[in-house]
Amino acid sequence: MSANMVALAYLVASVFFILALKGLSSPESARRGNLFGMVGMAIAVATTLTLTQNWLLILGCIAGGGIIGAIVAQRVQMTAMPELVAFMHSLVGLAAVFIAVAAVNNPVSFGLPETLPAGSKLELFLGTFIGAMTWSGSVIAFLKLSGRMSGTPIVFTGQHMVNLLLAITMIGFGLWFFFTETTNWNAFIAMTAIAFILGFLIIIPIGGADMPVVISMLNSYSGWAAAGIGFSLGNPMLIIAGSLVGSSGAILSYIMCKAMNRPFLSVILGGFGSDGGTVVADSGVQKTYRSGSAEDAAFLMGNADSVIIVPGYGLAVARAQHAVKELAEMLHEKGVNVRFAIHPVAGRMPGHMNVLLAEAEIPYEQVLEMEEINSDFANTDVVLVLGANDVVNPAANVPGSPIYGMPILDAHKARTVMVVKRSMAVGYAGLDNDLFYMDKTMMIFGDAKKVVESMVKSV
Amino acid sequence: MVGEIDPVIINLTVFVLAIFVGYHVVWNVTPALHTPLMSVTNAISGIILVGAMLAAGPVETDWGVWLGAAAVTLAAINVFGGFLVSQRMLEMFKKKDKKGNA
Repeated sequence: MSANMVALAYLVASVFFILALKGLSSPESARRGNLFGMVGMAIAVATTLTLTQNWLLILGCIAGGGIIGAIVAQRVQMTAMPELVAFMHSLVGLAAVFIAVAAVNNPVSFGLPETLPAGSKLELFLGTFIGAMTWSGSVIAFLKLSGRMSGTPIVFTGQHMVNLLLAITMIGFGLWFFFTETTNWNAFIAMTAIAFILGFLIIIPIGGADMPVVISMLNSYSGWAAAGIGFSLGNPMLIIAGSLVGSSGAILSYIMCKAMNRPFLSVILGGFGSDGGTVVADSGVQKTYRSGSAEDAAFLMGNADSVIIVPGYGLAVARAQHAVKELAEMLHEKGVNVRFAIHPVAGRMPGHMNVLLAEAEIPYEQVLEMEEINSDFANTDVVLVLGANDVVNPAANVPGSPIYGMPILDAHKARTVMVVKRSMAVGYAGLDNDLFYMDKTMMIFGDAKKVVESMVKSV
Repeated sequence: MVGEIDPVIINLTVFVLAIFVGYHVVWNVTPALHTPLMSVTNAISGIILVGAMLAAGPVETDWGVWLGAAAVTLAAINVFGGFLVSQRMLEMFKKKDKKGNA
């Protein structure tokens, strides 16, 4: 294939990638969009194959990786999607580093001159350090999300100072690599090693409930890493695909931060409330709450006209989505108007709750976003809060509260509120939730799945 | 214009325009599909596979080629895993028939 033909084929593939994302604007067109993405990828790979000689090795590796990927995609639990996504981000990061190292080793195979020009060195430097940070950051995110590592922030004094010094040192080695005429492996390796360490250090202080931001941010990084490699190789398709992913992740991070009313920087610097000291400690006044049984709750819901269910991370932990679907169906048959209200940061990644409810075959017309449903709470008989806490905390409307200004679901405006929770323990923000102590609130303690199952029995 | 345009400038042009396209396309994605959006973009960032193939391409096999082969495997996991898991999720978002005549 001539260089021009290759470039044209890459252009076609790039257009398919854009169409893939465009398809996601509605559930009806989304599957076609995904198909476009696959077609684009197939074109890109087939075209690139004509430029290489080691067909057997390459096709073997693609088949090997493809089989692993297919098995993982088939087996993964929907509740484990955040882990899977973090895992896959780490792969992109590591692959970017490998490619950059290979390019420094043998520039000719990438169509670059024997001695790397300064521009290519700079681009390789960028691709490598973003890739390395994506890898190590994603590994930590994966460990935290899968519960193999505690989700509590790990903070130590001088943390930001250490990170800053490491970043400066890394850039120093990068400049050394940049300004040495020949290939300076020492500088390159030192720079890459520091980037790996930085990735670890940047993610460890970020706590569990901030994971939607972290995972979106790493999504963005993995795109920029691909774009960085695209610059080094002078490949516009890599640049386009990488930028699409990069901007997608950046937008998701922005949406998540906005939904928590927290500046992006404060999320990234980590340790929620660590600068606030002990403001959350209560005055010691014993507040009373009312607790009830699943049977009482089922009776109330069965006699209501309208019920809104607010799912949270507790639903995912308890894998209660199928039980919830059954409950919703039974209520529906009794003529109750059942709907679901999703807060943007419910769960551990953007859209996490929507996928779980979709898995349980709850029609997506019944699943509404915060802006769509918030004004309806006041006219609703019963709100059932399942394993959510901070996203329904009315303290967000009280000036001076640590979460003041965070957009919440107005569950407290409903006529009756039922909260299914394991205990009275505070949520991620470390705040007591006044919703639990309201006169119209009934607390139902227990595992979300078991509680919902006993509700189903008594509706 | 005087002289040839540096390819870096052309790449930069593509980069900036692609960010704009990404920005507008992604804001149109419905929030309900944000998780599939992440897995689809994940698969798309597997496009790095193309770079990995070039690294694994030369016939004279040195360690760089093996590194490239490793990168091909990693990227392939991403591409297949990402697209297939998205497919699986998006199947769930199919419109359900109200009166189960499936």
